[in-house]
Amino acid sequence: MTNVTRNNGALSALLGSKSNIHVNRRWALFASYACLIVFVIFFLCPPFYMLVTSLKTNAEIANLATNPWLIEQGVTTEHYSHLLTETAFLTYFKNTVIVAFFVVAITMVVSVLAAYALSRLGFWGSGVMATGVFLVYLVPDSLLFIPLFNIVGGLGLLNSYWVLVLVYPTLTVPFCTWIMIGYFASIPKELDEAALIDGANHMQMLLKVFIPVALPGLIAATIFAFTVSWASFLYPLAYIYSDNQMVLTVGTVTTLIKGDVFHWGGLMAGALLAAAPPVILYAFLMDYYIAGLTSGATKG
Amino acid sequence: MANVSLTNLHKSFDRTEAVRGINLEIADNEFVVLVGPSGCGKSTTLRMIAGLEEITEGDIRIGGGLVNDVPPKDRNIAMVFQNYALYPHMTVFQNMSFGLRLRKYPKDEIQRLVGDAAEVLGITELLQRRPKQLSGGQRQRVAMGRAIVRNPQVFLFDEPLSNLDAKLRGQMRIEIKRVHQHLKTTTVYVTHDQVEAMTLADRVVVMNNGLIEQVGTPSELYHQPKTHFVAGFIGSPAMNFLNCKLFKDSGSLAVSVGDILKLQMPADRNTRYEPYLGRDLVLGIRPEHVHEKRAGNEVQTEVKVNFIEPLGMETMVYFTVNGVELCGRVSPEADPRPGQTAVLSFDAGKSHLIDPETNQVL
Repeated sequence: MTNVTRNNGALSALLGSKSNIHVNRRWALFASYACLIVFVIFFLCPPFYMLVTSLKTNAEIANLATNPWLIEQGVTTEHYSHLLTETAFLTYFKNTVIVAFFVVAITMVVSVLAAYALSRLGFWGSGVMATGVFLVYLVPDSLLFIPLFNIVGGLGLLNSYWVLVLVYPTLTVPFCTWIMIGYFASIPKELDEAALIDGANHMQMLLKVFIPVALPGLIAATIFAFTVSWASFLYPLAYIYSDNQMVLTVGTVTTLIKGDVFHWGGLMAGALLAAAPPVILYAFLMDYYIAGLTSGATKG
Repeated sequence: MANVSLTNLHKSFDRTEAVRGINLEIADNEFVVLVGPSGCGKSTTLRMIAGLEEITEGDIRIGGGLVNDVPPKDRNIAMVFQNYALYPHMTVFQNMSFGLRLRKYPKDEIQRLVGDAAEVLGITELLQRRPKQLSGGQRQRVAMGRAIVRNPQVFLFDEPLSNLDAKLRGQMRIEIKRVHQHLKTTTVYVTHDQVEAMTLADRVVVMNNGLIEQVGTPSELYHQPKTHFVAGFIGSPAMNFLNCKLFKDSGSLAVSVGDILKLQMPADRNTRYEPYLGRDLVLGIRPEHVHEKRAGNEVQTEVKVNFIEPLGMETMVYFTVNGVELCGRVSPEADPRPGQTAVLSFDAGKSHLIDPETNQVL
């Protein structure tokens, strides 16, 4: 009888601890969702504000008495049509796509080859160089643009979007190389040894084994290079003056801010359209991006 | 198929000498296992044979040809790694055929070779799966399949079963043995598991501190170890060692372990042991040669049992003699109990005497 009582006590203690775990888990989930909701609201406010403002008439935007978060005097697409038909917005868009395409291509070729060499060939000084690559990334573009101005001026590339194709890799290559070094380092060494014995040379090993295995890292690096080349403001502001060479970031601002007159509706519409490609890219490749970044962070 | 010859092989990493002069002849079709504790240089030796490590000094010949500077792909070898090293983005078929595709074999030839290898290993139904969809044992089979598909001169195995659980390890051991009997390819196999070494090898090479301690058949290593290290390394549970003194006892030689134990040595060893009369030596005796009292004139002694390990068909008994814990192997019927005394017999005829200065078995 005593035994039975003791067993029952143990059982209820066990059940009690299980239900405690259950309650704790529910609270943790509740707290997580509450925090996430606050975060989502916080980060969605600016794009929502942009969308609302871009669909308002100029009169409503100028009227401080109206609610800035709501469209009260009717929806209009005049800012979009003005942007697309009466400004060089589409030229900026085309220039930005060209710059982004070439920057991503150059960055990926250089950083994948550099990362492979630094992480796998094990030559003298490769470890120091790998650290050096990351340190280079820490130099801000606001320090670099003045000396770079002299260099690109000397090359005769000022006031051409090709200057951006040349200078953006100074920002993207170090970081992407660092991401890829981390990713390649996480690939077991036996995999390249197996490939070596199977008869692969270094280029075959890189193309047929490393790149497919490190695809999440590659996508993360690609997204980073794309984002930098799409959203950078300082270099185009410093190096490009002509409308037909402008990219989205600077072009939209210089077209729609005339002196102290801000065309808020057009600015918001331009910002929204300019933000669309990266958002779409992120939405499709988010999982790869996070996997690539976290791997680089922990194994690098 | 080919023989492998290692001559005065050295390997240094910076100032650490991992392999310190190895000479070994591996015959055609032979299955040789390199065994030893971690850091003994066995994997480094295998990797030098594979061409994955540069040789600091010495020569490696495969099939008579010097391969010191030949890249791995041109040595016509295949290697199976501990962690399988399967390409995660490829199917089993693509994994197995990777080497053949790089060597530009015709497609139908690849199909036939991969199909044959898959059949030998019983993995035909797995050919379209990816490595992450396979169990540990299946992955190891695929890794072996990738090795045998090219019909290499030499197979190299680097601790291929270490990641598997005990039951699967046993199954795969049989599988490897079966494949070797079927293909008869010269095989060099590295392991730290002496059971694997004993069960698989035609010859076992015991390594320690970058040197070969002894080369021999499993039976030779077990029954006639040449050094203290080999005597202690081969066999599970390990051989018991006791400090002893050799003396003359009414015309024959005997060893004494303190005042507790006195063992008469067999007369046929007199000539070998006589130069060591009066010397402090080490007595080595395997657990199965310390057992319950049986008919015969073995030395019996009463010991206090510390603890036991019942294994079903036998029971391991642990007890202390002269401050050293020893292990004996008794029949379960003897029913030893911890804390109680038991009378155990020491089979002196199966014991070994070791010179502690040279660590050589006398």
